[in-house]
Amino acid sequence: MNKDKIDFVLSLADSSLILAQRNGEWCGHGPVLEQDIAITNITLDLIGQARCLYQYAADHINQSADQPVNPATEDSLAFLRTEREFKNCLLAEQSNGDWGQTILRQFFFSTYQYFLYQQLKDKGTDTTLSAIAEKSLKEITYHVRWSSEWVIRLGDGTEESKRRMEAGIENLWPYTGELFAPADYEEEMAIDFKTIKTKWAEKINSVLTEATLTHPDGGIFMHTGGKTGTHTEQLGYILAEMQYMQRAFPGCEW
Amino acid sequence: MDKKNEISDTTLIWSVLESIPDPEIPVLTIVDLGIVRNVAISVSGIPEITITATYTGCPAMDYIAASVRMELAASGFTGVKIINSISPAWTTDWMSEEGKKKLKEYGIAPPNTKQQVCDQSLFAEGEAVQCPQCSSYNTYRISEFGSTACKALYQCNDCKEPFDYFKCH
Repeated sequence: MNKDKIDFVLSLADSSLILAQRNGEWCGHGPVLEQDIAITNITLDLIGQARCLYQYAADHINQSADQPVNPATEDSLAFLRTEREFKNCLLAEQSNGDWGQTILRQFFFSTYQYFLYQQLKDKGTDTTLSAIAEKSLKEITYHVRWSSEWVIRLGDGTEESKRRMEAGIENLWPYTGELFAPADYEEEMAIDFKTIKTKWAEKINSVLTEATLTHPDGGIFMHTGGKTGTHTEQLGYILAEMQYMQRAFPGCEW
Repeated sequence: MDKKNEISDTTLIWSVLESIPDPEIPVLTIVDLGIVRNVAISVSGIPEITITATYTGCPAMDYIAASVRMELAASGFTGVKIINSISPAWTTDWMSEEGKKKLKEYGIAPPNTKQQVCDQSLFAEGEAVQCPQCSSYNTYRISEFGSTACKALYQCNDCKEPFDYFKCH
């Protein structure tokens, strides 16, 4: 596996892990018990996907020409890389805001992940990645449906819930463009980002329409950089909390 | 190891595995759940057990692997190799009929077979899930996500009991 491929797998893993870490902040704080359980179930799925991907990346990092002194593991990749080394999309690291914004972030991300993983599954040139994508898709399907239903429920809900959803879209929309702008290492992966973007837009539009919501038109500025390690200020705080234990007590286990 | 012993070893290993409960749903064994995919003996005589996770994030996998090693060691099989497989992806279709029966008796509605379900449309009617307490089909889904990744929360409209449904996957 070449460096581009490793970077690509790491970026998939990082997006899942960072979104999981964000969603995990809801644990014990969900609006109702069942939805608290739902968002943490989704979190667990995302961590599971990240683990599969990190294990796969670690195997290949350890076999590569510039293999590290200490072999990479799923844990070292999650807990011992710095902000600049993380390749997650900016959307994943955005703050939870209110429940509406969390739902929107999940909806935008899961829908993107759904169409991206479809391609990874069908490509078949990399059997491990196809297998991870196939297994993850079963879970992502739940995430898309669950988040779509919530977008509709809140958008087409009360005046207050609609206002919050509109604010959430305004906050998050500028981070959706990056999803379809391939990073250098993605150029080689033979992924058709154009098709993903078209399908993503169709799904987003149909759900937002049903939710009586709209999104900004094409002219809006889109942030990029997450996939190549230039993050918003949010990521540093996430890593500080997530990595604290391993930084303060290297190798600690419990 | 000759062929005959190999076969009887495989049978013995399966019978040991059939006695290992799933840590989250102890009424089922890891064989009932379809977590054990294959048992083989390598050319050098090492038992190789292939297991697969129900969901990618299943936190019980390390524990299950450890249980397999311990139980097999107690039956004289050491140096067991555990292979984690992700493809084909686990499905509830692999759950044994015996397992489904045990689940129901335990109070968890067993998964429906695939053909009936998995309607992906939004706000789809919940599946017709039978209440494990009173056997009524007059039930409704409280939440698609339950106490573990593999379950959903339901309630019976007749006997009013809330219950877990092992969702079709």
